[in-house]
Amino acid sequence: MLSIKNLHACVAETKTKILKGLNLEILSGSVHAIMGPNGSGKSTLSKVIAGHPAYEITQGEVSYFGKNLLELEPDERALAGVFLAFQYPIEVPGVSNASFLREACNASRKHQGLEELDPLEFDDYVREKLKMVEMDPKFLDRSVNVGFSGGEKKRNEILQMAVLEPKLALLDETDSGLDIDALRIVADGINKLRSPERSIVMITHYQRLLNYVEPDFVHVMVNGQVVKSGGRELALELEERGYDWVQGAA
Amino acid sequence: MTSEFQSYIDRPYQYGFTSDIEADQLPRGLSEDIVRAISVKKNEPEWMLEFRLKAYRHWLTMSEPEWANVTYEKPDFQNIIYYSAPKTKAAKGSLDEVDPQILEVYEKLGIPLHEQKMLQNVAVDAVFDSVSVATTFRKKLSEAGVIFSSFSEAVHEHPELLKKYLGSVVPYTDNFYAALNAAVFSDGTFVFIPKGVRCPMELSTYFRINTKDAGQFERTLIVAEEDTHVSYLEGCTAPQFDTNQLHAAVVELVALENAEIKYSTVQNWYAGDENGVGGIYNFVTKRGMCEGRNSKISWTQVETGSAITWKYPSCILKGDNSIGEFYSVALTNHLQQADTGTKMIHIGKNTRSTIISKGISAGKSQNSYRGLVKIAKSAEGARSYAECDSMLIGQECGAHTFPYIEVQNPTAQVEHEATTSRIGEDQIFYFLQRGIDEENAISMIINGFCKDVFRELPMEFAVEAQKLLGIKLEGSVG
Repeated sequence: MLSIKNLHACVAETKTKILKGLNLEILSGSVHAIMGPNGSGKSTLSKVIAGHPAYEITQGEVSYFGKNLLELEPDERALAGVFLAFQYPIEVPGVSNASFLREACNASRKHQGLEELDPLEFDDYVREKLKMVEMDPKFLDRSVNVGFSGGEKKRNEILQMAVLEPKLALLDETDSGLDIDALRIVADGINKLRSPERSIVMITHYQRLLNYVEPDFVHVMVNGQVVKSGGRELALELEERGYDWVQGAA
Repeated sequence: MTSEFQSYIDRPYQYGFTSDIEADQLPRGLSEDIVRAISVKKNEPEWMLEFRLKAYRHWLTMSEPEWANVTYEKPDFQNIIYYSAPKTKAAKGSLDEVDPQILEVYEKLGIPLHEQKMLQNVAVDAVFDSVSVATTFRKKLSEAGVIFSSFSEAVHEHPELLKKYLGSVVPYTDNFYAALNAAVFSDGTFVFIPKGVRCPMELSTYFRINTKDAGQFERTLIVAEEDTHVSYLEGCTAPQFDTNQLHAAVVELVALENAEIKYSTVQNWYAGDENGVGGIYNFVTKRGMCEGRNSKISWTQVETGSAITWKYPSCILKGDNSIGEFYSVALTNHLQQADTGTKMIHIGKNTRSTIISKGISAGKSQNSYRGLVKIAKSAEGARSYAECDSMLIGQECGAHTFPYIEVQNPTAQVEHEATTSRIGEDQIFYFLQRGIDEENAISMIINGFCKDVFRELPMEFAVEAQKLLGIKLEGSVG
């Protein structure tokens, strides 16, 4: 469903090169983990796929269900089913979580030619989703991410994913900053959202998350490229031997 | 993205049309003769003329203040037309006698003056250049005992009330522009709510400047006697001219024991073009006196227009337990400048004030909040809370906060909070990534930022204010 070929990208402002000829294939319904040392370009990769304006693509192709993803605007990519769970979710004072979620949900429904949900219908819909991430309905009345703890922000990202039901979910360090209970809740949420119609890409430093959400594939990124791919066992091997073991390959 | 967002902000001003309506004008310039001539035009009694002349003579001794954080070419007071009225005399007895051309202007502005077409439960006084052209729902209001009339009529019909209250909150000696207004003001609105009456409908005045080079100097006086409640709203627009026009109004509010006055403003004067040419100088003195115990005055303003906005709607909290509130959204774009805020003067015991100010700056504009909280020695147990938030859009604008706090009573509690944020690429991207387009994203962010103020507006106008911000702010981030 997603095919990345020889992708080069730099920071638009400084022209600093981050991705340097990256290749990656994601099959429908598969779960991937992308690991790698700090600064290897993992987060950049997820932002580039989502279309963040701070990055410039200098070379390469990204095809999504056979279409050129790079031609689409960020909101068009979202409507086409690309979802990014942010490493640092943004605070939006004064905008309630409920209205933000409903606006997003209705934008997606409209795009699919479905009826928009009114506030009452949406409330029923979202309450089911809240259970998935064990969130109190009170969260809906609070401003988006304002005053949320680190764990609550991450859970809120998974809630958005549950509401929007994307085809491709990129989870950028969704496990970082979580205590063990929050990690379990977030992981449970992700597992409930696994489906043959949905591919999930988890970007993480630690193999800890992978104990809860078992990936089909593990990729190691070093210096803007995927240098090694394998199965679940690759993560364990990395944990044992450290990134130095693969550094040489880049 | 910056340019897209800017273009979204930069939608043209939709009220900039001019209407060719024949006007009865006095010649340009200001002198004692002009002041007398205005008084004659309005067929005023001697005491009113005296008030004007004293103010004029005092004004001559004053000089224009320069402390505000705004820069502009000072108005040439000899080049302003101080009196301009539509020639067809608007007989106020019936709307049928109002010049149809003027009715058309208001229709075009979305303020139909025919009562059957009007917003439910809102009475309107329409001020066109220097005079009031129509006041609606007067009969219904007078049945309730409420006086809602143009200032000119009140001078004749209620001289005792005017003599008692005119200048009692903002004396003509107060400041340069208040003195000028007292000398040359030509019309405005007078509201009187007698003891024990809850005003049955929203009152509003709609100000329209039509004539090029005409200044608008109106006065509003609202008196709420004991145990009353009134909600009042003013709206303003002006045509698009390449010269600056001066709007120097005075608003006085008096609240006696247990009275509550809610005063809301949606100001959308012409702001000038993107190069800062033209636009209104909005130099206004607004002050409320919480005279009685348990009285309350609440100012809500949404300021989106004018080349320069310079005003501080204030409350003097004289009665014990009285409450003053100030809720403000000030939006500036292009080369607009705003220096606005409030003064809360605590005199009575257990007085309370709340200040919520939201400044939004875009383009190359400068937006300042300036506020004074003063707790007098007598104000035992006074409390004040102020929150001033600024939002920046783009890289070339400025936001400034100047809070002044003077506390002379040790039992007082005074809080001040301020924040500055920027609508940035990351914030917009977050919305886009959830499939929400840029236009909706900005509108949600801005409305979220202003929510605490919008919810203070009367319902009919809250929607309008949100739309107005949408129009003014459509599309820019960086």
